[in-house]
Amino acid sequence: MSVRTIWRKSLNVVMLSLTGACALVTVSVLGLILGYLLWNGGKSLTLDFFTKLPTPVGVAGGGMANAIVGSGKLLLLASLIGMPIGVLAAIYLAEFGGKTFSFIVRYTTDLLNGVPSIVIGIFAYALVVVPMHHFSTLAGGFALGIMMIPIAVRSTEEFLRAVPTSLREGAMALGASKWKTIATVIVPAAFQGIMTGLLLDLARVAGETAPLLFTALSNRFWSPGWNQPIASLPVMIYDYALSAYDDWHRQAWAAGLVLLGLVLLVNIASRFLMSRSASFSRG
Amino acid sequence: MGASGAAATVRAMQTAIPAKTESAQEAAPPLRFKISKVNFYYGAKQALYDISLDVPTNRVTALIGPSGCGKSTFLRNLNRMQETIRHTRLEGEILLDGQNILGMDVVKLRRRVGMVFQRPNPFPKSIFENVAYGLRINGYSGSLSELVEKSLRRSALWEEVKDKLSHSAYALSGGQQQRLCIARALAVDPEVLLLDEPCSALDPVTTAKIEELMFQLKDSCTMVIVTHNMQQAARSSDFTAFLLDGRLIERSVTSELFTTPKDPRTEAYITGRFG
Repeated sequence: MSVRTIWRKSLNVVMLSLTGACALVTVSVLGLILGYLLWNGGKSLTLDFFTKLPTPVGVAGGGMANAIVGSGKLLLLASLIGMPIGVLAAIYLAEFGGKTFSFIVRYTTDLLNGVPSIVIGIFAYALVVVPMHHFSTLAGGFALGIMMIPIAVRSTEEFLRAVPTSLREGAMALGASKWKTIATVIVPAAFQGIMTGLLLDLARVAGETAPLLFTALSNRFWSPGWNQPIASLPVMIYDYALSAYDDWHRQAWAAGLVLLGLVLLVNIASRFLMSRSASFSRG
Repeated sequence: MGASGAAATVRAMQTAIPAKTESAQEAAPPLRFKISKVNFYYGAKQALYDISLDVPTNRVTALIGPSGCGKSTFLRNLNRMQETIRHTRLEGEILLDGQNILGMDVVKLRRRVGMVFQRPNPFPKSIFENVAYGLRINGYSGSLSELVEKSLRRSALWEEVKDKLSHSAYALSGGQQQRLCIARALAVDPEVLLLDEPCSALDPVTTAKIEELMFQLKDSCTMVIVTHNMQQAARSSDFTAFLLDGRLIERSVTSELFTTPKDPRTEAYITGRFG
């Protein structure tokens, strides 16, 4: 074998190992996080965790029932704000937009996506908390809702654009007006993709902590209605992790596990749905 | 190619169209479409030049011509589908039963003038919902299943799908999907059916089925068909118009156009010297 051949073969091996190792590292990070959470938090995942309220400081036991429900309420409000705005804006961009205006909308949407989540929190604080004179679920939901908008817009627009023009023409040739075509043919055709995108959007927003720090704040008790501070999993993790109590640290691990578990579940379910719909739609 | 080759092609056309000459000798049928001096522009580029054409009622009119000559553009103007493209402009007059289509409500126009496209485009819904779509959006009350069955029978698809109306339209073969699209267009009982190269994506057996369909539909429906396939035009149409570079070169009874074309360009095209 000539020197050139040896050099070429060695280079191949080195590069393959290097790229393979980096791929492995990427996968291991998630594996390590999951492993750590399972190891540290798995033991604390008792029934109490899911059903009891936090106990007073220093008293052992208790759970995070209010944080789990709280996260649920906040995400519900965020969906009610972020999803309609996102989907309707995407419909405008995909079906109606003029060149300049669409460009501006897309560009600012991408910019909004890049705004640090804590800045969105400040925005919600100024807009909702200050006039209301207290922290509330409403403010927290509002902040999360704003965070949902950019991804909802971009993802929905992609799926709407993926619907072939031939379907639009088919509907219009039957006498459907533009809105009827959109509502009865295009959106249903893109529906599964849109739902998947929105679910992933929700999963991403579920773990946001910074915007909740001074909008929803936190709460040691249940938070009925919409205008009281409310507990949420990410903020509880933050509070408990920074505390001095081992019991709370354990509970923080458990909360982290629950949060990550939910996010992973939604991601996996969405991908599964997507792969099923892709093989079904064009038979 | 030589005169003998050209003559052989023309003779082959003649044997394919004996029956049509009788219908041509009847009294001239009333006109469904009267099209006068149509000019059409894509932005600054002109695509159709001064086209005037009569489309007789309950007959099949074929539009033939080489690629890019404007046949589809012209056809799509007849139900104002070209309006869905930005920066287009139509000049001239297109009268449907005496009424200018540009002044008509476009939704009503498209209910009267249906369209079948080159590639089958069924909706991602069930077979039943596909055919019922036009009926639903136009607010038909009454028995949808009856009308759906009637349309599927008219497009010769009923026997093949009657047991699977709730299945997805995408489970059908290409030829079945195209017949489904025809059924869908027929469901709203249009007076005119525009067909834009409906068989170009289909095999010969299915093509024959669709041509047979067109023959049966003729009595109740005026048809305008764009086709690349001259033999198809010769087989299935009563009148043929030849377009070239956005202009109407010649239009006459099909048998006459294929046997004794008046314009040398028509003869050159049908004998295969170009296109």
